[in-house]
Amino acid sequence: MNARILIGGALLAVGAIVAGPAAPGAAGSTPQVAIENFRFTPSTLTVPTGTTVTWVNHDAEIHTVTSPAGAFASPALETDEKFSFTFNAPGIYAYFCALHPQMRSTVVVQ
Amino acid sequence: MDMDRRGFLECMAWVGTGVVWTAAGGVLSSRTLAQAAETPAGGDFGFVQISDTHIGFKGEANKDVAATLGEAIARINALPTRPAFVLHTGDLTHAQKPGAFDAVAEMLKSVKTERVFYVPGENDVFLDGGKEYLARYGKGTVGGKGWQSFDHRGVHFIGLVNVESYKANGLGSLGAEQLEWLEDDVRKLSSSTPVVVFTHVPLWAVYAKWGWATDDSEQALGYLKRFGSVTVLNGHIHQVLQKVEGNVAFHTAMSTAFPQPAPGSAPSPGPLKVGDDRVRTLLGLREVRYIQGRGPLAVVDSTLA
Repeated sequence: MNARILIGGALLAVGAIVAGPAAPGAAGSTPQVAIENFRFTPSTLTVPTGTTVTWVNHDAEIHTVTSPAGAFASPALETDEKFSFTFNAPGIYAYFCALHPQMRSTVVVQ
Repeated sequence: MDMDRRGFLECMAWVGTGVVWTAAGGVLSSRTLAQAAETPAGGDFGFVQISDTHIGFKGEANKDVAATLGEAIARINALPTRPAFVLHTGDLTHAQKPGAFDAVAEMLKSVKTERVFYVPGENDVFLDGGKEYLARYGKGTVGGKGWQSFDHRGVHFIGLVNVESYKANGLGSLGAEQLEWLEDDVRKLSSSTPVVVFTHVPLWAVYAKWGWATDDSEQALGYLKRFGSVTVLNGHIHQVLQKVEGNVAFHTAMSTAFPQPAPGSAPSPGPLKVGDDRVRTLLGLREVRYIQGRGPLAVVDSTLA
């Protein structure tokens, strides 16, 4: 399972660079992170500074998107609810689900 | 076996041997007369643990968690011996749903017992760092922070909070301040004092991958190592698992709301949907009896069906 997530993450990072949905200055580009089966997919998302990322909860369970450093914290997300955050500063943003903290992921902002 | 006065006098005929048989809680135990004289009056007692009531949950795994909690309460009230108190090991509410705390408090009023003690689960504190929970249940706890200890008939009870600073390492956590308090709290107790610890997330590594462990539990258990009888009661995982390590007996508890999968048996933890005919066999409560003079406490788990 770990190998699959790593490959998935790598592919998405490549996709972001090549396909350019998150190209700098591209208006309205909002990469999505799916919350599904108690995982954030992709587990690592790399975006340019200024990007708005949207998380969508596909699970029956409630999840949150919480930065332990305090950079952002979603409300409790029911099924199909969304949360968006605009990353205006570069950095590596680790986040987790406050209800199920074994769910961990990262947004890399360059 | 009830012993009436005649029976007692007959027994006293054997006084020369210095042994007194008593029956309490259905368990025979023998003591010398000298020991019997030292026993404090009415040593035996029982209490109940319930856990993970998740009031506010409306998922497939149980459409009516209030009903199953009601069934658990009915069972408590039907126990042959009234419990001295009830311990709720957390996740009173599901995700701090509006009205849930009120509903739990209202329902638990019908439990026939002196008092209910609580420790929070992550569902009770994750939205506001515990503000709502502590406003209701912080009173009488250390610094209003939710941890506490009390004594009942010579047994020392310790309620710990390991979800307040739920860390992004995925595990429960006690924190330095609480650990310091714990060390101090037990310092003056004699090692023969039976100790009961109750807290939400398991204090042994049931399955760290699913967050079913506490990152600094070893330190806490270190302070309790010298005691002859330690019983650790946890919730969080919605199933009964047990472990004995030296003088420490760990017991996790069933939920009254919904079951969860066995460790590693599913892609993730979470509510487990089973057939309607099966769900009540996976939900339940626990009665714990303390028999004077006995080391380990007697733990009896019962399901709703």
